[in-house]
Amino acid sequence: MRVLALAGRRLAASIPTLFLILIGVFLLLQLAPGDTVDAMMAQMGGGDATTAKQLREFYGLDLTVGAQLANYLWRLVRLDLGFSAIYGKPVATVIAERLPATLLLMTASLSLAFFFGLILGVVAARRVNRWQDTLISTLGLVFYAMPTFWFGLMAIVVFAIYLQWLPAGGYEDITVGLTGLRRTLDIARHLTLPTLTLGLFYMAIYLRIMRGSMLEVLNLDFVRTARAKGMDETRVIVRHVLRNALLPMVTLIGLQAGTMLGGSVVVESVFSLPGLGRLAYESVVQRDLNTLLGIVFVSALLVIVVNFIVDLLYARLDPRITTGT
Amino acid sequence: MDMTRRAALMTSAAIASNVLFPMRSFAQETPRKGGVFTVHYGAEQRQLNPSLQASTGVYIIGGKIQEQLVDLDAAGNPVGVLATSWEAAPDGKTITFKLRPGVTWHDGKPFTSADVQFTAMEMWKKILNYGTTLQLFLTAVDTPDPLTAVFRYERPMPLALLLRALPDLGYISPRHLYEDKGDIRQNPVNLAPVGTGPFKFVAYERGQHVIADRNPNYWRQNAPHLDRIVWRVVTDRAAAAAQMEAGQIHYSPFSGLTISDSARLSKDPRFIISTKGNEGNARTNTVEFNFRRKELADIRVRRAIAHALNIPFFIENFLGDFAKRGTGPVPSVSTDFYPADNGPQYPYDKATAIKLLDEAGFKAGAGGTRFSLRLLPAPWGEDISLFATFIQQSLSEVGIKVEVVRTDGGGFLKQVYNDWEFDLATGWHQYRNDPAVSTTVWYRSGQPKGAPWTNQWGWTDETMDKIIDDAATEVDVAKRKTLYGDFVRRANTELPIWTPIEQIFLTAITAKARNHSNTPRWGSSSWHDLWLAE
Repeated sequence: MRVLALAGRRLAASIPTLFLILIGVFLLLQLAPGDTVDAMMAQMGGGDATTAKQLREFYGLDLTVGAQLANYLWRLVRLDLGFSAIYGKPVATVIAERLPATLLLMTASLSLAFFFGLILGVVAARRVNRWQDTLISTLGLVFYAMPTFWFGLMAIVVFAIYLQWLPAGGYEDITVGLTGLRRTLDIARHLTLPTLTLGLFYMAIYLRIMRGSMLEVLNLDFVRTARAKGMDETRVIVRHVLRNALLPMVTLIGLQAGTMLGGSVVVESVFSLPGLGRLAYESVVQRDLNTLLGIVFVSALLVIVVNFIVDLLYARLDPRITTGT
Repeated sequence: MDMTRRAALMTSAAIASNVLFPMRSFAQETPRKGGVFTVHYGAEQRQLNPSLQASTGVYIIGGKIQEQLVDLDAAGNPVGVLATSWEAAPDGKTITFKLRPGVTWHDGKPFTSADVQFTAMEMWKKILNYGTTLQLFLTAVDTPDPLTAVFRYERPMPLALLLRALPDLGYISPRHLYEDKGDIRQNPVNLAPVGTGPFKFVAYERGQHVIADRNPNYWRQNAPHLDRIVWRVVTDRAAAAAQMEAGQIHYSPFSGLTISDSARLSKDPRFIISTKGNEGNARTNTVEFNFRRKELADIRVRRAIAHALNIPFFIENFLGDFAKRGTGPVPSVSTDFYPADNGPQYPYDKATAIKLLDEAGFKAGAGGTRFSLRLLPAPWGEDISLFATFIQQSLSEVGIKVEVVRTDGGGFLKQVYNDWEFDLATGWHQYRNDPAVSTTVWYRSGQPKGAPWTNQWGWTDETMDKIIDDAATEVDVAKRKTLYGDFVRRANTELPIWTPIEQIFLTAITAKARNHSNTPRWGSSSWHDLWLAE
């Protein structure tokens, strides 16, 4: 119950932050030259000044910045994200269409990163300074240092073009209409390379953190005690060490939920996935303020939700956290 | 030299695919029914109706679904699509179109002259970019019977101009889905177009794909051959090239791939990389001068800048074989209007450039700098970006310091065409079959502020204005050609904009495609005869 109260307080505290972020993004975008009508004209390949004026009135761009911001915030209070100028649909619909691809990619990459990061980190820590540790640590460094887009393109060259095992891009095969399980498998096939591309970078981070915290916990007194009691090694690792070493990993998930959205911009572009990251990029280029703010809003919500879950996990892993507040 | 190299390369590509002689080489092959053709779609549009927006991004999809009155045939001559014949009154103020009988919209309603009337008056004249200028003096479209449309103009409309404009600016929309349905721009049909064309719209998933299927009731016999066309949204150029190699994309139009990927794929027998089929989409790289800067208002400075750029060197080293030296605002592929004499050209000559700058009184100051300029490159392609850097480096050698200010599309248009915050700008000018369609507005003074791709340089010239106005209403074909010759020579003499490089868009297409690239605007055309070999 205490955990919920704590998390609830956190949630309440994040609302002002959310508004500050939105106002900040709104004002930042005002600094970019040109508005959505300019971008529209660029896309159309020409148009006259009267049309531009009519369009500006239509999108409410003839109002002052303050009035536009006030309008936006007032709509937001009523949970209305507004209308997208590029997509000609409500922003909420546009985002809802793009959310699945991003959530799927994020969850898959994060799971991959967490799972293999954990296992490799444990193995490296158990075999510290031996060849296994060296191999894993070197691999981790390579994945960490490699630019995501480059890795993605290389993966395409090897697996899609050269070996022809996996598709080079897209979310699903639309030339043949698949349904049900076959469609699920098809999407999974399409998401394999993007997941690896995005996930391996984060795996490298988790691996290092896991290795480090394992080594730290392994040297603590209670581990020595457990061993002295004659407990077998697997139980020591799983029951005593792992549980304590997991805390920094969980912290990292909360922190990285936001960064991952940023990283997905590149991966979604390289693999032509219809996700939120690419949508955000396009909204900036098209000066589609409503859509961009909507994405910021939803991403912020996402980060808040992930951190909420992390708070709950904390309490589960370390009961001292609940009593400590 | 570069001409011959380019010709040689194009020929080798053509031999690989036999695109130059499609009739001869494919006469024995019977078109295969069926197949899915996948297309690289680089930039999504706000809507897909070509009656409302003239741009290749819309034609590449909308042009398969909707049709225009007139298109261009292989030789570049107007050929009827929804119109079967046309006739102009001697005074040039009335143009009568006979329409094709037995054509139906994809929803089953018949196509009639009422659709033409509504589209022309409500869409071309009021909304369509370039259409509003073209149809400025259109007063009414009469419909004496369902298959006759009579266009009435206040001032003479040259038939030759209208026929060359209609392939791009002559798409028809269904009246029954637009009339009394509120704001035309916001009509949901714009994103799910209904037309008379060979393919019927099926679905548009934003960020993913657009799908259109064969129209079983198409008016052309035995067409189309394909079952389906899928446009895949791929914004990253490198990713698009990878998907072509992986077989996920068959066709990347309008120079959609990077220059280096195009060069690489041109050596692969599975692909054809060529400029064929894009002759109607020629474009010139431009250098635009802001006359509000006193230095640039001096013609000697503009000429000095032109002489200071080694264009053949730039083309040779940066653009590869698919570009050549430009000669003026009308590109050499325009058989109708390319003049025998283009007027003064500005070959690379650093000494002359320096002499001209000295004469103009802009002596080199401390550090050898005469003055500084802000250059805004349009973000439409890597060639423009490279050219901006090249201008910067070349001009520093004659004592002009250039600061390159890079922005995205919206920012570029606002700063150049709305706020006039530029000294030099560089981008593309796309030529659309007739100089009156979208070329002369770059030179005609009195353009409203904020209208992109018009004369916003602060250049005014009565002689030029008169040539442009006379040519726009001249009914006599030969006289029009003469007037546009004057136009080109005047532009090259006064140099309000310099057009040093001429390019044609590049097509990258699978070697399995048949009947492709067989019209001058093939990427935008209807693809009713396209088919895929096994």
